[in-house]
Amino acid sequence: MLGLMRRVSISGSIPTSMLQQSLQRILPGLAILERGYSTLGKEMTVREALNSALDEEMSADPKVFLMGEEVGEYQGAYKITKGLLEKYGPERVLDTPITEAGFTGIGVGAAYYGLRPVVEFMTFNFSMQAIDHIINSAAKMNYMSAGNISVPIVFRGPNGAAAGVSSQHSQCYGAWYAHVPGLKVLSPYSSEDARGLLKAAIRDPDPVVFLENEILYGQSFPISDEVLDSSFCLPIGKAKIEREGKDVTITAFSKMVGYALQAAEVLSKEGISAEVINLRSLRPLDRAAINASVRKTTRLVTVEEGFPQHGIGAEICASVVEESFEYLDAPVERIAGADVPMPYAANLERLAVPQVDNIVNAVKRACFRSVPVAAAA
Amino acid sequence: MAGRLAGSRAARELARRMGFMGSFRAGLSNVGGGPSLPVEICRRDAGGVSPCISSRVTARPGGEFPRGKVAFVAEMEFLAELLKERINCYRVLDDDGRTISGSSFKEVSKEMALEMYSGMVTLQTMDTIFYEAQRQGRISFYLTTIGEEAINIASAAALTMDDVVFPQYREPGILLWRGFTLQEFANQCFGNKYDYGKGRQMPIHYGSNKLNYFTVSSPIATQIPHAVGAAYSLKMEGKQACAVTYFGDGGTSEGDFHAALNFAAVMEVPVIFFCRNNGWAISTPTSEQFRSDGAVVRGQAYGIRSIRIDGNDALAVYSAVHAAREMAISESRPILIEALTYRVGHHSTSDDSTKYRPVHEIEHWRTARDPISRYRKWVQRNGWWSDENETELRKNVKKELMNAIQISERAEKPPLSELFTDVYDVPTSNLREQEALLRQTIQRHREDYPPDVPL
Repeated sequence: MLGLMRRVSISGSIPTSMLQQSLQRILPGLAILERGYSTLGKEMTVREALNSALDEEMSADPKVFLMGEEVGEYQGAYKITKGLLEKYGPERVLDTPITEAGFTGIGVGAAYYGLRPVVEFMTFNFSMQAIDHIINSAAKMNYMSAGNISVPIVFRGPNGAAAGVSSQHSQCYGAWYAHVPGLKVLSPYSSEDARGLLKAAIRDPDPVVFLENEILYGQSFPISDEVLDSSFCLPIGKAKIEREGKDVTITAFSKMVGYALQAAEVLSKEGISAEVINLRSLRPLDRAAINASVRKTTRLVTVEEGFPQHGIGAEICASVVEESFEYLDAPVERIAGADVPMPYAANLERLAVPQVDNIVNAVKRACFRSVPVAAAA
Repeated sequence: MAGRLAGSRAARELARRMGFMGSFRAGLSNVGGGPSLPVEICRRDAGGVSPCISSRVTARPGGEFPRGKVAFVAEMEFLAELLKERINCYRVLDDDGRTISGSSFKEVSKEMALEMYSGMVTLQTMDTIFYEAQRQGRISFYLTTIGEEAINIASAAALTMDDVVFPQYREPGILLWRGFTLQEFANQCFGNKYDYGKGRQMPIHYGSNKLNYFTVSSPIATQIPHAVGAAYSLKMEGKQACAVTYFGDGGTSEGDFHAALNFAAVMEVPVIFFCRNNGWAISTPTSEQFRSDGAVVRGQAYGIRSIRIDGNDALAVYSAVHAAREMAISESRPILIEALTYRVGHHSTSDDSTKYRPVHEIEHWRTARDPISRYRKWVQRNGWWSDENETELRKNVKKELMNAIQISERAEKPPLSELFTDVYDVPTSNLREQEALLRQTIQRHREDYPPDVPL
């Protein structure tokens, strides 16, 4: 409360109707969506970003190789590995038999002995068939071997909901993998994220789980020359402030970043300035950035597509309550997918995942602009 | 036109599958019409241990399907679930330690023979004493290799230091052969600060980068695909070495076994799959584990050259592994060895096998079928060993072990700093914070911190 009162508006007008409704002085949000992006006008889809990152890393290091179902001849189930078999040959782009447990175990074994595999899961839902190798053979091995056996492997593929693919193809595994010490877990949103984080993941000596999103593959983002350079790399463990704001912190990752940005746009028209944090890294989680933002805004809404219980938002809320409690002016709130296996029918599916409206409503509740959900019952 | 193309494609397929050890004559099929393809394929055996396989496909009606030509038959015949006779078992020495006449095997020098023998005795003594130490409460857990000493030592002797080993957990003899000392074994079991594992793992989870022995990992059969991955690495490197992985009869039920074998055959990698079929997976006998004729036929089912051997015959184990290694490396192919044996000890110190199997059966295998005494007879008949040598060896090994245990027991445990290292290559900020917080707490409550845990 106090923090808000001390803030002074230095630019922009203040709609008088707002003042009547609350004690806070809400500043209109500045449109900084384009910040960080080049004005040169180059664009790149996330698919192209991932493909170029794989290509460049394979070119730079002969130990990097790809494995997965359909990654070679078929050019990749989602065309992410297009052209790579032709360029690097069958020894470096392996089409595997249908056995996630098998090829993940084999990839881990190759990493034990010094190669740098990039293992593709057609969707992370299928990674459950290989999860023993990801956790027991990869994540824990450096620790169990007291640093003697490192596992420089990357597990990548689409994660979370797509469109009309139902429950066994739509689960988000962010919380599952981010739970495990020994793994690093990344989830890109934009093309810049995709390039920088995948390159970082491949270069990292620890096992990395790289959670992509099928819907984002085809989405285009503006991209700067710096990002296009083959040495471009983003740091693991650092979140990005996609949009600066003053009234509320919204955290999100992957596709939900786009939704959060849309929500911020809607909110700005109503005089609420939302700060959108693109987490980029689920483990390690950039608690410093999140807490610094919440100490500034005093309100938090976390957004994720996955199931609510024990999710990413739960960890973020706990971290903020532990470290920034006295700064909070409202209860923390989580927006997550519905606590049901994902249904198929388009109308039901829409109801089962967060929409921009849900984020807007949550922010308003956090700003005491609407009645809390519980009180309405 | 179509016929000729079919013939040459099928011929190329066959050639690729048989590899360059096979000799192969293919007649190009006739133009159009008859689909016959006179082809004779004979796989020359290596080391005199595998039979020649030949197949002759002559003028029978047949047809092309993906993967090639098959002959058609009018009778509907199901392949029996089991062959009339079980696959034969290769052995060199009889139960009394005499070489079976006509047996072919890789000769060993006196020096090598004695090194193998003393390795087997050391392994057996080490197991007995560590087992006792667990019973006395000095270590928390142990598992023995009793009855499988020939498998452990003889297979290790047939490999080179460049061959990478992926063990299950009943193969410490390979480490012993390669030079891991009794003190090093004891340090791991006691989890002291000299343990190469920094006290991270339970006893018997040994590992050594230097000796090319990958750290033991508890989940069953996960090491099998790991070995295939490492073999792929070796193949890409062009190294004159292979990967070797060990597992029990129980391990062959895991999904990893099937995926790994299938994959290895398709990828054509230099790996030896060594199955220790010792009859028991804790309390599950092999009759309840699978219904195939053991593991050897399963190797064949995946297109892998396989052999069944007498695992309690040191010379048979040595010869088979020697030959397998040569084939695996020179032909870049997987090989499966199924060694029949018996798990004389309990599964581990957490098990009492007398509860599920008759004591007389255990005793029979411990005495009449003991691999060490059988090999000893052969070594002694060669004039290379005496009873005095035996007493001397056992006395020395026991003394060295008791000493090692005492030293290990008294040594300090790993320091607190090792709690947080190696989770990642470089500790992340949250780990650094946790350690700082913990040390602060220790400072404030010094008197509550255990005195025997160094910082």
